[in-house]
Amino acid sequence: MLSMISLDYDDTLMASAGHQAEAILDEVMTKYKGNYILAVEGNPPLNEDGMYCIIGGKPFVDQLKKVAKDAKAIISWGSCASYGCVQAARPNPTRATPVHEVIFDKPIIKVPGCPPIAEVMTGVITYMLTFDRIPELDRQGRPKMFYSQRIHDKCYRRPHFDAGQYVEKFDDEGARKGYCLYKMGCKGPTTYNACSTVRWNDGVSFPIQAGHGCIGCSEDGFWDKGSWYARLADINGKGFGVEANADQIGLAAAGVVGGAVALHAAVSALKRAQHKGDAK
Amino acid sequence: MTILTPNGFSLDTAGRRIVVDPVTRIEGHMRCEVNVDANNVIRNAVSTGTMWRGLEVILKGRDPRDAWAFVERICGVCTGCHALTSVRAVEDALQIKIPNNAFLIREIMAKVLQWHDHVVHFYHLHALDWVNPVNALKADPKATSALQQAISDHSKSSPGYFRDVQNRLKKFVESGQLGIFKNGYWDNPAYLLPPEADLLAVTHYLEALDFQREIVKVHTIFGGKNPHPNYMVGGVPCAINMEGDMSAGAPLNMERLNFVKLKLQEAFEFSKNVYVPDVIAIASYYKGWLYGGGLSATNVMDYGDYEAIQGQKSTDRLPGGVILNGNWNEIHPIDPRDPEQVQEFVTHSWYTYGAGKNDVGLHPWDGVTEPNYQLGPAAKGTKTNIEAVDEAAKYSWIKAPRWKGNACEVGPLARYTLAYAHGVDYVKGQVDEALGRFNTLAGTNLTPKQALPTTIGRTLARALEAHYCAEMMLTDFNNLIANIKAGDSTTANVEKWDPSTWPKEAKGVGTVAAPRGGLGHWIKIKDGRIENYQCVVPTTWNGGPRDPKGNIGAFEASLLNTPMERPDEPVEILRTLHSFDPCLACSTHVLAPGGEELARVTVR
Ligand code: SF4
Repeated sequence: MLSMISLDYDDTLMASAGHQAEAILDEVMTKYKGNYILAVEGNPPLNEDGMYCIIGGKPFVDQLKKVAKDAKAIISWGSCASYGCVQAARPNPTRATPVHEVIFDKPIIKVPGCPPIAEVMTGVITYMLTFDRIPELDRQGRPKMFYSQRIHDKCYRRPHFDAGQYVEKFDDEGARKGYCLYKMGCKGPTTYNACSTVRWNDGVSFPIQAGHGCIGCSEDGFWDKGSWYARLADINGKGFGVEANADQIGLAAAGVVGGAVALHAAVSALKRAQHKGDAK
Repeated sequence: MTILTPNGFSLDTAGRRIVVDPVTRIEGHMRCEVNVDANNVIRNAVSTGTMWRGLEVILKGRDPRDAWAFVERICGVCTGCHALTSVRAVEDALQIKIPNNAFLIREIMAKVLQWHDHVVHFYHLHALDWVNPVNALKADPKATSALQQAISDHSKSSPGYFRDVQNRLKKFVESGQLGIFKNGYWDNPAYLLPPEADLLAVTHYLEALDFQREIVKVHTIFGGKNPHPNYMVGGVPCAINMEGDMSAGAPLNMERLNFVKLKLQEAFEFSKNVYVPDVIAIASYYKGWLYGGGLSATNVMDYGDYEAIQGQKSTDRLPGGVILNGNWNEIHPIDPRDPEQVQEFVTHSWYTYGAGKNDVGLHPWDGVTEPNYQLGPAAKGTKTNIEAVDEAAKYSWIKAPRWKGNACEVGPLARYTLAYAHGVDYVKGQVDEALGRFNTLAGTNLTPKQALPTTIGRTLARALEAHYCAEMMLTDFNNLIANIKAGDSTTANVEKWDPSTWPKEAKGVGTVAAPRGGLGHWIKIKDGRIENYQCVVPTTWNGGPRDPKGNIGAFEASLLNTPMERPDEPVEILRTLHSFDPCLACSTHVLAPGGEELARVTVR
């Protein structure tokens, strides 16, 4: 990665500190005006005049706005920048606010996940550098190439879901055979991400393969949609097949409040489960 | 004006004030202000945590079985240690005993984390305080090769190998885009390594960058991903199926365990042949720079961890306790449940315990986290543009924890000081051998009591601890295999999975030897929900502000009396602060993958 891009300001890695570090920001902003990509991790808290997160004695939100002004585009790296994530979970004491609710006049590419898959992050940025354009985004602003399918759609345990073979409790016979984790609260049926295809850390595994249900960490507000172990609720509604993409989900959800998106998407799973007389 | 603190440090605010904000190469956000005298020696130090996200507030009313995932996000680097502490706290409250396989798998995961965190810290967050990459261009690769062969058996040691790395580095520098090395202090006389050692370290910076991606795959196998692998209350989610039907689709089978074993062995080789010898060799060039000890010379603490036998605290392979006033002959036992022992103060923190309670200390079970941001009368600037804080008033988003009123340093150095004083054979052997090698290379004759409480000692203890962890995790792995072989494949105890089986009220505590020091989570459960949750994290101990009596914490103490070559270039400040591996994301209970940082990428 470092051979393709120049990582000029990254306060976790950089050698210099204090003024010298801030000076780099100013230099890049002038030298590459209108031509740099700003990648943001985390998000600004707005309560207390923004002073829940201070950089150089000033609110982080000020630095964000200043640097965003002359950026070509912004990448919201991770669920924090994209949606607010855990610090924005109820009651959001610091009023942590995602980037797109602070910056309005720039293209924003959301790469959600807590964290996002490293290969997906690399994929998005190298795509932009190689083809010199922003990847095609869905209605929520996520690159379609990695976020157009649910974990459930390509999950290797899907045949067990279809066959009605479930893990009933951790470490039971089904858990040892790799049965479907739906009853253990798996959020795979409502989560758009590439975990079940790209997998994690050079494709070694992903949460479901390691035996825990998906917690839905790339979805907006996943912290407030009930326990990791609560089964996706059964509601009456219109189902979505594997072929449904994020746009359709988004359209269906328009005008519906909050957690409803998740519930809608869960329907196909539930219909099948019910059909097997196995939904409870 | 000079003040003498109750814990024996003298502070003088008369000289020039220097501000470093942001302090980079740490997790999270931190600011540091110091006063230097006419000779550029640091005479006052003020450490400020600059971020708060209110996790304790967010956890209230949630399912205790979910807490691990929330607190895991406190930090993107030590990912997993908060999750482990959390499940331990919940299991303690509900009196759940986890199966031995689950215990061993968690132990392996914890030590992999420790190892990974220490290696990344040294090479990627700390080395640039000692190593000058620009100077490495002047090295003769043959000299680097000779140095490598003199200090260890590492296989990558040929002159051609080092020449190749040097050429890559040259191209990078010549391109004019120095990236993360930009605006470093590369002509500062505080850098003392000869070019061949700089090239050795830069080469290993790159090797470590590659290998750190490999070792975390152990977490991917057991927890599904890294960062933020999955945990669960009652055991581990990765069921074992060695030979039965559908073993191939099971979380753990022979193929998966072989993979883990290979990575553990590679880690062992790396810390043995690269990390530990590098630290000793680099340290030997800085033999005259024995600053930065601060509190570690007197007060250190840890809860103890790494039981050799599950459930028997007395078998801790890094035993805990508290040492006060530098008396290694007396180790005070520590009890995290005792309301009189661990307490947090907010006199100088941007929190309130209510009117009239500004100087009160609260045990974490009764902890309160209510923000109260205000600058003191002597602060410079405005509320949203701080030029200088007023350390006589509130000045940090971190609380000040104390053990029976004493400020203590925590971390690998604290654990190694305790283990040495406890007489742990492995640790004594390691420390004595490392110091022997250091003394030979440096031509000195330092004893452990002289060498350990320093910035260098802190960095050395971390390296030794990483290698001890590599050794222990191989033992844990062998025990896991032996246990499975003996017929036990259990990985979870789900008897108390259902909240209806829980008592109406319960409270528990979990502790872990986290990479940066003793970590504790305290939980109160009521009617199946979290009633109160408090984390007292290592960087709170080290980086916290002063307490009502005026005792200073470890960061502030460590900077005192250090001379700076050039006050405008904070090399020495960074060197010592980084030796703690500060994690301000944790200490202010924040979360973000990789810290809430602003990364900038420029298109070519
Ligand atoms: S519910 Fe979860 S485990 Fe089951 S098939 Fe769907 S994604 Fe996979």
